Amino acid sequence: MEAVHAGAHGHDHGHHPTGLMRWITTTNHKDIGTMYLWFSFTMFMVGGAMAMVIRAELFEPGLQIVSPEFFNQMITLHALIMVFGAIMPAFVGFANWMIPLQIGASDMAFARMNNWSFWILPVAGSMLILSLFVPGGAAGTGWTMYPPLSIQMGMGMDFAIFGLHLLGMSSIMGSINIITTILNLRAPGMSLMRMPLFCWTWLITAYLLLAVMPVLAGAITMLLTDRHFGTSFFNAAGGGDPVMFQHIFWFFGHPEVYIIALPAFGVISQVIPAFSRKHIFGYASMVYAIAAIALISFFVWAHHMFTTGIPLTGQLYFMYATMLIAVPTGVKVFNWTATMWKGALSFETPMLFAIGFLFLFTLGGFSGLVCAITAIDIQLQDTYYVVAHFHYVMVAGALFSAYAGAYYWLPKWTGHMYNETLGKLHFWLTLIFFNMTFFVQHFLGLAGMPRRVPDYALQFAEFNKISSIGSFGLGISQLLFLYIVIKTIKGGPKAGDKPWDGAEGLEWTVPSPAPHHTFEDPPVIK
Amino acid sequence: MAMADTRKTALHLVVLVVAMFGFGFLLVPFYSVLCNLTKQNVLDGPDEIRASSQVDMTRTVTVEFDTNLRRLPWEFRALQPSVQVHPGQLTQVVFEVSNEKNRAVSGQAIPSYGPAYVGQFFKKVECFCFSRQTLGPRETRQMPVVFVLDPAIPKDVKTITLSYTFFEVEGNDPRQGQSDARSGA
Repeated sequence: MEAVHAGAHGHDHGHHPTGLMRWITTTNHKDIGTMYLWFSFTMFMVGGAMAMVIRAELFEPGLQIVSPEFFNQMITLHALIMVFGAIMPAFVGFANWMIPLQIGASDMAFARMNNWSFWILPVAGSMLILSLFVPGGAAGTGWTMYPPLSIQMGMGMDFAIFGLHLLGMSSIMGSINIITTILNLRAPGMSLMRMPLFCWTWLITAYLLLAVMPVLAGAITMLLTDRHFGTSFFNAAGGGDPVMFQHIFWFFGHPEVYIIALPAFGVISQVIPAFSRKHIFGYASMVYAIAAIALISFFVWAHHMFTTGIPLTGQLYFMYATMLIAVPTGVKVFNWTATMWKGALSFETPMLFAIGFLFLFTLGGFSGLVCAITAIDIQLQDTYYVVAHFHYVMVAGALFSAYAGAYYWLPKWTGHMYNETLGKLHFWLTLIFFNMTFFVQHFLGLAGMPRRVPDYALQFAEFNKISSIGSFGLGISQLLFLYIVIKTIKGGPKAGDKPWDGAEGLEWTVPSPAPHHTFEDPPVIK
Repeated sequence: MAMADTRKTALHLVVLVVAMFGFGFLLVPFYSVLCNLTKQNVLDGPDEIRASSQVDMTRTVTVEFDTNLRRLPWEFRALQPSVQVHPGQLTQVVFEVSNEKNRAVSGQAIPSYGPAYVGQFFKKVECFCFSRQTLGPRETRQMPVVFVLDPAIPKDVKTITLSYTFFEVEGNDPRQGQSDARSGA
C-alpha cells in the first residue's frame, strides 16, 4: 500500500520512501533536522525524569527514595544525557534545518553522512540508558568520570565509555558536514561576513567540536585500556597519574561549555533583532567575539582544577585567563542590549525567552566570574554554588535559547502559528520555576552544601525543599511545550512566508511550511 | 568543481580530527616532561630539608607502613610495622623485597600518604622509590628509607600511613647501576 503510494507520487517528491523507511533512509536536511529535534526532546524528558529523582531524594534530609549508589548513577546519567543527548543534538537539529536555508544551499554537503550521524545517536542514547540495567548499574562517577573511581566501576562504565565514543563520532561527522556546507555551498553573493550570526556561531562551534571531541575520545580510550588492558595512564599504582585525566578531560570539557553556549548565542542573535525590528548592533564585533571566546576557551581548562594542587603561578594564570573570557562575552551582551536600545520591541514568546536568556545567562556568567577567583573557588569547589552556576548557563542559557529558536522557527517548520497565550504561559512558568529551583542553590553552596551527595545537614532543609518544589514545577511545565508543538503541527492559524515582520534572512523567503526541497537554484543575494 | 571543493574541505577536517586524537595521547608525555621541568609532583627524587629545622620533642607522631604489589611476582614487607617519631627527627626504616621468580624482574615503587595532604610534610632523604629496582633470580634485598617530618606539620596529625606500591617495569633501566648503588644491597 505504502509502496504503491510512493510509486504513484514518486515523480513529484523525488523517489523517497514513505512511512518509517522515509525517516530511516532520509538524506533531506529538514527531515534530519526534525529527527534531531525530536530525539533531543525525548532525551530531555529522560534526563528531566532523572533530575526529578534527584530532587525527590533531596526534598528532605535523610535517605528516603533511592540508594546512594543509584543517586550517583542518576546524577551521572542526568548530566551525560542532558549535555550529549539533549542540548547538543537540539542545536545540531537547528543547524540542519536552518543553515542550508540561511545560506541558500539546497541541502547539507554530505547528505548521506548526515543520515548516519543522526542514526548513531539513538544507539548511543540507548547504551547510556541500558547501562542502568547491567550488573552494578550505570556509571556513578559524575559526568566527569574522574579516576580512580572510573577505573574501578562496573561494566556500566564501559557502556558509558562506548556511548560517549558513539556520541563523539556523531558530533564529529555532523561538524565536518556543517563546516563543509558553510564554506562551500553558500549562494553566490553570500560572503562569510554577510552570513547570519547563527551560521557564524555554528561554523566556529563545529571547529571547536573537531578540536576537542577527539581529545575526549582519547581520554576515555585511555580509561578503557586502564580498565581492561593493563595500561596505567591514570592508575597511580602502575606509575600513572589520576590528575592527568583531569587535565585531558578539561582540555575537552572547557571548550565543550562553549560548544553548548555558542549556538545558543547564535539563536539569540537572530531572535533579538527580529523582535527589536533593527539590524544586529555591531555585526563584525559579534563575529570577532565568537572567535575570541572559542580561542580563549582552549587556555583556561585548569580553572576546574584549582584544588588539585597546581602551583600558585598556574592558579593565577588560569584565574586571569578565565576572567578574560568575560570581555568578548561582555561585548556580545552589550551588542544584544544595544540592538534592543530604541528598537520597536514586541514581546512574543521567542523574544521573551531571548530576554530571559539575556538576564539569566548574564547572571550565570557573573557567578562564573566568582568561581574564577581562585581563593573563592577553593571554598566553592564541589558545592551547590557550582551547580547553580552551570545550570544558569546551561538551562537559562542553552535551553532558553533553544526554546526561543523553536518558537521563532516553528511557523517555518510547520506552516502554522503556535498558540501565543500558551507560549507565554510556558515562558513564565519556566522562568519562575527555574529561578525557584536554582537561585536558592547559590545560598546552599555558599553555606557549604556539597554536590553529588544524596543526604545533607538539617540546616539546608528549607532551601532544598524550595528547590525541589521548583524543579517539579519546572519539569511539569515542559510538558506544556510538547502540547504546544503537537498542537501547532496539527493545525492553527496559517503562517505566512515571513510571520515575523522584523525577521531577516533567506529562510523567510521560502514558503511556510518550508517545502521538502528548497534553493535547488541558488537564490540571488543583492 | 563544487564536489571537488567539498571533498577537499572534508579531507582537511578529517586530518584535523585524526591529529587531535593523537594530540590527546601526546598530552601524556607532554605532562610528564612539564612536571619534571617545573618540579611538580616529582616522586622519584630526594626532598629538600630545611637546614634550620629543629627536633620537636614535645610531639610524637606514629608512622605506619603499608606495602602493596601490582602484578609483580615479589614479596614486599616493611621490617617494622610502624615507628614513633618526633617531627624534625631523622629516621631510618628498612623494607625487604624478594623476587620469587627464576629470572630478573624490574619494579618501581610509588609512595602515597594517608591522609593525602601530609605528603608535603613528609620529606624523604633516601628511598628505594627514587629509582627502578632490579632483582636477580630469587634475590632478596633490604632497602632503607630515610625520612624526616617537617616540624610545620599540623598539630592534629597523630598518625601517618606511608604506603608503597611496587609495579613491574619492562625492559632495562638506563639508571640501573645507579639504582643498585643507591639501594646499597
